[in-house]
Amino acid sequence: MALLEVNHLKKYYASQKAVDDISFSIARGSIFGLLGPNGAGKTTLLRMITGIFYPDEGQIIFEGRPFEAERDILRIGYMPEERGLYKKMKIGEQVLYLAQLKGLNRQEALEKVKRWFQKFGMESWWNRKVEDLSKGMQQKLQFVTTVLHEPSLIILDEPFSGLDPVNANLIRDEIHGLAERGCTIIFSTHRMAEVEEICDQIVLINKGRKVLDGAVGTIKEQFKEHRFLVKTAEGQTLPPGKDYRILDQDASEFTIQLNGQHDTNALLSDLIRQNITIRAFNEILPSLNDIFIRLVNDNQSTTRAFQNNLS
Amino acid sequence: MNKILIIARREFLTRVQKKTFLLTTILLPVIIFGLYGLIIYFSIKGKDDLHIAIAGGNNALTGKLENNKSLRFSYLNEKDPAALQQLLKDKQYNGFILLPDSFKADAHDSLELVTLSSVGLMAKENIERRLNAGIEKIRMQRLLAPGVTLEAMDSARTEIPLRVTKAGKSDSTGFAYGLGFFCGILIYMILFIYGAMVMRGVMEEKTSRIAEVIVSSVRPFQLMMGKIFGIGAVGLVQFLIWIALVIGLQLLLPLIFPGMGDQVAAQAPGVPGAMTGSSPMVNAMKQLSQYMGDANMPLILLCFILYFLGGYLIYSSLFAAVGSAVNEDPQDAQQLMLPITMPIIFSFVIMTQALNNPDGGLALFGSLFPLSSPIVMMARLPYGVPAWQLLLSLAFLVLGFLGTTWLAGRIYRTAILMYGKKPTWKEMLRWAFRKG
Repeated sequence: MALLEVNHLKKYYASQKAVDDISFSIARGSIFGLLGPNGAGKTTLLRMITGIFYPDEGQIIFEGRPFEAERDILRIGYMPEERGLYKKMKIGEQVLYLAQLKGLNRQEALEKVKRWFQKFGMESWWNRKVEDLSKGMQQKLQFVTTVLHEPSLIILDEPFSGLDPVNANLIRDEIHGLAERGCTIIFSTHRMAEVEEICDQIVLINKGRKVLDGAVGTIKEQFKEHRFLVKTAEGQTLPPGKDYRILDQDASEFTIQLNGQHDTNALLSDLIRQNITIRAFNEILPSLNDIFIRLVNDNQSTTRAFQNNLS
Repeated sequence: MNKILIIARREFLTRVQKKTFLLTTILLPVIIFGLYGLIIYFSIKGKDDLHIAIAGGNNALTGKLENNKSLRFSYLNEKDPAALQQLLKDKQYNGFILLPDSFKADAHDSLELVTLSSVGLMAKENIERRLNAGIEKIRMQRLLAPGVTLEAMDSARTEIPLRVTKAGKSDSTGFAYGLGFFCGILIYMILFIYGAMVMRGVMEEKTSRIAEVIVSSVRPFQLMMGKIFGIGAVGLVQFLIWIALVIGLQLLLPLIFPGMGDQVAAQAPGVPGAMTGSSPMVNAMKQLSQYMGDANMPLILLCFILYFLGGYLIYSSLFAAVGSAVNEDPQDAQQLMLPITMPIIFSFVIMTQALNNPDGGLALFGSLFPLSSPIVMMARLPYGVPAWQLLLSLAFLVLGFLGTTWLAGRIYRTAILMYGKKPTWKEMLRWAFRKG
């Protein structure tokens, strides 16, 4: 059963359609990537899912029931892109306070905070103030406040920005751990490398509309351009053939593109028959980055201003 | 626990635990009273007593000048200025006035006070007044028929104070004016001080970007109300401490300066009949406590707390709306605050009118209209206000509070997550009345 379902969600502002008819569903325990260029409507979409905004139209189904902010926001942890904590407040008190706002009582909150602080080596921070922490430390603290109440849905908006590789790894491991324990994670970013690494499923939105939806592997499969890397023995060259085009050559490494749905086995036996020694033969799948850029650029011509709809 | 309570608790505790809170709440009244005490102390003890010698003028003024502790006159037969100078240098006198032989006690006489050290303005006026009073006696005596004494003349001029009674009570107009003014100005200050505190708190949440984290846990309205209630509680506690301190210090002051009343009374110059009978200070104290009894202090105190809370709630939600709309720039806040500060200042203007004419139409309007009633009604209360007006005013106050909170809540929830350019009031009102 899907943990979260979004059906035909719309949110229009005075001058533009921020979110225009977006639907998707997220399986329980999966890590879901919400991608899109700046200003695509990601934050607006997330704010509707976290109950900060009401959608103009459409429906959000959370844990099988229509989303009801009062009740369901306690089951959600949201780390916005622009993070913030009270600068002058002591860290221990602050985390307890935010946990209480999520419905935990003081005692429960205290135990959980202690456990997380231990895990991240933050015990000595208790009486310090946020303004004394470095940016990376604040980020870790913010992550703890987001997941402390053990929400079933965790929404992380650019969680790795500003983190050094060590801490980024720490957080990444936590994200995987949480997903294994049944948490569902929505991961919003425009850094494709992170997405390929972490996400099971992605949705790409641009200008308020969904342009892509599916598992990372499936999408790559879908956007593949039949490119292959062929490595031959030293000194040998690939003769031009009618079934493929040579796109690039680097010493004895050739990047080729097959015409149409040409069978790779047939190509290989053809090459072998010509006495070419094949050292390696790899399919080159497009990176999400390439797909992202291609789709966003394709989309550039369309607009979401209201005037165009009228004419 | 209710979310609003959790938020209010944090707002309250973080402010009360600050050192500045302790400083302003406890130290400020102590400092003010300390200064007050010092002023009294110095005005009693610290002043140098003046001793002035009067010479020449055929002893016309002898025995005609009033003496008291701080200013004494002696009459000398010496007429040589050099000898008088010598007396000054010997510190026998602080100064001397050598009257000319042609002294006739009329406008053509010129008098000169010779001193070694300079004389303060107050002291100079004091001496001048005593001298002229003495000279007046001489002139008066010339006009009187033979056998008529000045004392008889004085007793003929004795004034009988007029007492105004209203509905069986003794009058207390002056007291009511003072109390009304004091209450009104106190509410006026409260609205600004705590309103601005709410606004700064909201701005802090917005600029530090914690607002978005919190509104993903609670409704924006809960966040706003929690802040307003928390800071309101801070204000209430601060006021209760101040009231307790003021009462405590008021009781302490006479203990620190025993006999203060008598000396202040002795200080007061030229009060006719003041030297006889009990001192005016003691009289004033008695009168004050009598007025307090008449003015129904418990009702005023209760209304003060009600209007304090009502006025605070009305305005603080508006201040919260402004705070949510501005970004980093405090100057933006100044501009957006104008529509809120105007009614407070107008209330103050109406209040000064109401104090002079507490039953007039403007006063009635001002004390019913919820944006001005906290200030204007508090000013009218000591004069006595019909019960129906008071109840109507309180009812409007509650309605006004609900209205502004609703309006502010709608603006707040949109504005708190808006960054970028400063919105205009027009835009803010559009957010407020937008559906959904």
